[in-house]
Amino acid sequence: MNAPLLQVEHLTMRFGGLVAVDDVSFSAAPRQITAIIGPNGAGKTTVFNCIAGFYKPSVGRLALRRDSRQYLLERMQGHHIAHHARVARTFQNIRLFAKMTVLENLIVAQHNRLMLASGYTALGLFGWPAYRRAERDAVEKARYWLDRIDLTGVADMPAASLPYGGQRRLEIARAMCTDPVLLCLDEPAAGLNPRESHELNELLIFIRDSHDCGLLLIEHDMGVVMQISDHIVVLDYGRKISDGSPQKVRNDPAVIRAYLGDEEDGAGYKSGGAS
Amino acid sequence: MNAVARVKDAALAALVAAVLALPLLGFATIDTGGPLGISTRFDYVAYAALAVFVGRLVFMALVDLWRERQMDSAREAAHDPGKPDRMAQIGKLADRWLLPLMIGFAIVLPFLPFADRTVVDLATVVLIYVMLGWGLNIVVGLAGLLDLGYVAFYAVGAYSYALLQMHFGFGFWEALPLAGLFAAFFGVLLGFPVLRLRGDYLAIVTLGFGEIVRIILLNWQKVTGGPAGISGIQRPSFFGFPFSADPPAGKTAFHDLLGIEYSSIHRIIFLYYLILLLALITSLFTARIRRLPVGRAWEALREDEIACKALGINPTNTKLTAFAIGAMFGGFAGCFFATRQGFISPESFTFIESAVILAIVVLGGMGSQAGIVLAATLLTLLPEIAREFALFRMLAFGMAMVLIMVWRPQGLLAHREPTIKLKPKGAS
Ligand SMILES: Nc1ncnc2c1ncn2[C@@H]1O[C@H](COP(=O)(O)OP(=O)(O)OP(=O)(O)O)[C@@H](O)[C@H]1O
Ligand SMILES: [Mg+2]
Repeated sequence: MNAPLLQVEHLTMRFGGLVAVDDVSFSAAPRQITAIIGPNGAGKTTVFNCIAGFYKPSVGRLALRRDSRQYLLERMQGHHIAHHARVARTFQNIRLFAKMTVLENLIVAQHNRLMLASGYTALGLFGWPAYRRAERDAVEKARYWLDRIDLTGVADMPAASLPYGGQRRLEIARAMCTDPVLLCLDEPAAGLNPRESHELNELLIFIRDSHDCGLLLIEHDMGVVMQISDHIVVLDYGRKISDGSPQKVRNDPAVIRAYLGDEEDGAGYKSGGAS
Repeated sequence: MNAVARVKDAALAALVAAVLALPLLGFATIDTGGPLGISTRFDYVAYAALAVFVGRLVFMALVDLWRERQMDSAREAAHDPGKPDRMAQIGKLADRWLLPLMIGFAIVLPFLPFADRTVVDLATVVLIYVMLGWGLNIVVGLAGLLDLGYVAFYAVGAYSYALLQMHFGFGFWEALPLAGLFAAFFGVLLGFPVLRLRGDYLAIVTLGFGEIVRIILLNWQKVTGGPAGISGIQRPSFFGFPFSADPPAGKTAFHDLLGIEYSSIHRIIFLYYLILLLALITSLFTARIRRLPVGRAWEALREDEIACKALGINPTNTKLTAFAIGAMFGGFAGCFFATRQGFISPESFTFIESAVILAIVVLGGMGSQAGIVLAATLLTLLPEIAREFALFRMLAFGMAMVLIMVWRPQGLLAHREPTIKLKPKGAS
C-alpha cells in the first residue's frame, strides 16, 4: 500500500464536558474511498469539521500529503485548508449559494484561481485578456461537471430551484471544481431515491478513478457503503471500534453490537438508510 | 379564528386600552384658580376602548385575510417553483428599459425648458442620494452586510476634501481619489472589528461607528472646527477655469472660455453633471465588479459564509473589500458634497442620513439599480414638494419600511441577474 493521503492520529475533540471524538486514529489512502460510519451522534461530522478546519481539535494530528508536501491541517485555517491543502467538503445539510445560479455556484468554487487571473480585481475591471481566458476555462470546467451530474440544462437556474437530488450532486460538483486531492462527503446519499443513490455511487467511483482524488465518505446507507468503499472506519460514542475492509467490518462483533445494541431491540440499522 | 375568538381577542385588547387610557385620558387637570383641580373624563376612556375594540377586530380580520393569501401563493409556488415572481420581473424590465431612459433624461435635464436653478439644484441632491444608494448597495445588497453607519464614509470624504483643500491647496480633482482612499481606509477600519458579526449585531456596531465619527468631528475642534464646521471650501472650477464674473488675475473664466454671457447657473449645471458622472461611474463599476471573482464572492458570502470557507474563499478579505469599496464611493460622494456646499459641519452627517440612504436601498430593492433611483427620487423629492409633509417624513418612512418588511423584505424591485450564463457548446 502506498503512503496515506490523510493520516489522523489521536484526534480528540471536546465540547466542554462532552467528548465528541475520543482518541481516533485512522488513515485514508489516495484513490480510495474511505467510509466513516457509526450511529447517530457518533462524532462523524465532528471528525470532518476537524479535518476541514471548522473546529480546532483538542488533541491530535491531522497530516495531509499532497505532491510530496505535508500539511498539518490542525494548524491551518479553514479556507487555507481548502485552498492550499486542497481538501474539499460537502455538508450534511446542503449549503449551496441558493440565489446564485447553478453555473455561478461552480464558478465561485474556482475563486482563488480566477482572483489571481483578474489581478486581484484590478486587471479584471478593464477586461484583461488573460482574465477572460481564465473565466472561459472556468466555465469549461463547470460545463464538464455539469455534464457529469446531468444539470447542464438548468445551468442558469437558481440553485435553490433544483430538486433535492440535484442539489446534492451540485454540491459535490462544486467541491470538485476546487481540484481537491481529498473530497469529504457528509451523507451524500441522504434523502435520495434508489435510482439517484445508484447514480451517486457511479459518480463517486468516477471521481476516485479519474480524478486522482481520495474520498472520505460519511454514510448511513449500508448498501452504499458496502458497495463502494475500499476501507471502512466505524465510530461509536466518539471512539473508533473497528477499521478495515468492508468484509472485515461487516463481520466484526463490535460493530454488530454497536448497531444492534446489546440484547435490546436495535431495530433497523443493518437494513440501512435510517436517516 | 372563529367569531367568538375574534370578539374575545378584541375585548382583551379593549381592556388593555381601557387600563392604559384611564390614567392617560381619564383624568384632566383643570385650573381652579388656586391649586390644580382634577376632572374626570371617563367617556373618553370608553371611546378609546371602543375604538380599540373595533380597530382590533378589523385589523385581525385583515391579518387573517392576508395570511390566507400568503398561504395560497405559497401553495402555488410549491406547485410551480419555476414561476418567477412578478415584482422581480418588473425590476428586471426596469433595469433594462427604464434605467437607460432615466439616464437619458438626466443628461438632457439642464436644457429642458422647466429646468431652472431650483430644479437643477434639486436634481443634484437626488443624484447625490442615488450615488450613495448605489454605493451602499455594494455593501448591503451584494455582500449582505447591514451597514447603518454609511454616512460616516460620506463625512470622511467631505472632511478629507475640505482639509486637503484648506491646508495643502488641493483642487477637487486631486482630492477626489484621496477622499475615496481615506474613506476606504475607514471602511477597513470599521470592517476589522465587525468581521465576525452578522445581521442585527453588525447593524448596531456600524450604527455606533457612524456616531463615533460624527462625535469626533464635533469634538476635535482644532482639526475639524467642531460644530462650526469648515467654511470657505473652494468651489469647483471647470478644469481650472473658474465660474466667476470677475476671475482672479491670470485666469480665464468659464464664460469667457466659451464666449458666453456670465450666469451663475453655469456652476450649478456643472455640479449637476459632475455628480451625474460620479453616479454613473458607481453604477458601471458595480455592474462590472459583480461579474468579477470578488463580486461573486461577495454574493456567495451573503448566501453562505461557511460554504465559502469550504471553497477556500477568505471571508475576512472578501468582507473587507466590500466595506472598503462601498466606503470609497461614499467618500467620493462626500468630496462632491463638500465642494458643492462650500461649507460642511457635523450636522450634515447625522444618523438620519444613514437611515435615509439605507431606506433608499431597501425600498428600491437590493440589486435593482432603477429601483434605487426611484426610491432616491421619492425620498428626497417628497419632503421638498410638500413642505408641510416634512413633519411627517419620519413617520411615513417608518410606515413604509414596516410595510415593505412585511410584504417584500428583499425590496420593491429586487431581482437578481445571473453574472454569467452558460453558452451552448461551440458558440462563443
Ligand atoms: N459545536 C458543537 N458543540 C457542542 N457539541 C457538539 C458540537 N458539534 C457536535 N457536538 C456533539 O458531538 C456529538 C457528535 O456529533 P456529530 O455531529 O459529529 O455526530 P454524527 O456522527 O455526525 O451524527 P449524525 O449521524 O447524526 O450526523 C453529538 O453528541 C453532538 O451533540
Ligand atoms: Mg453528522
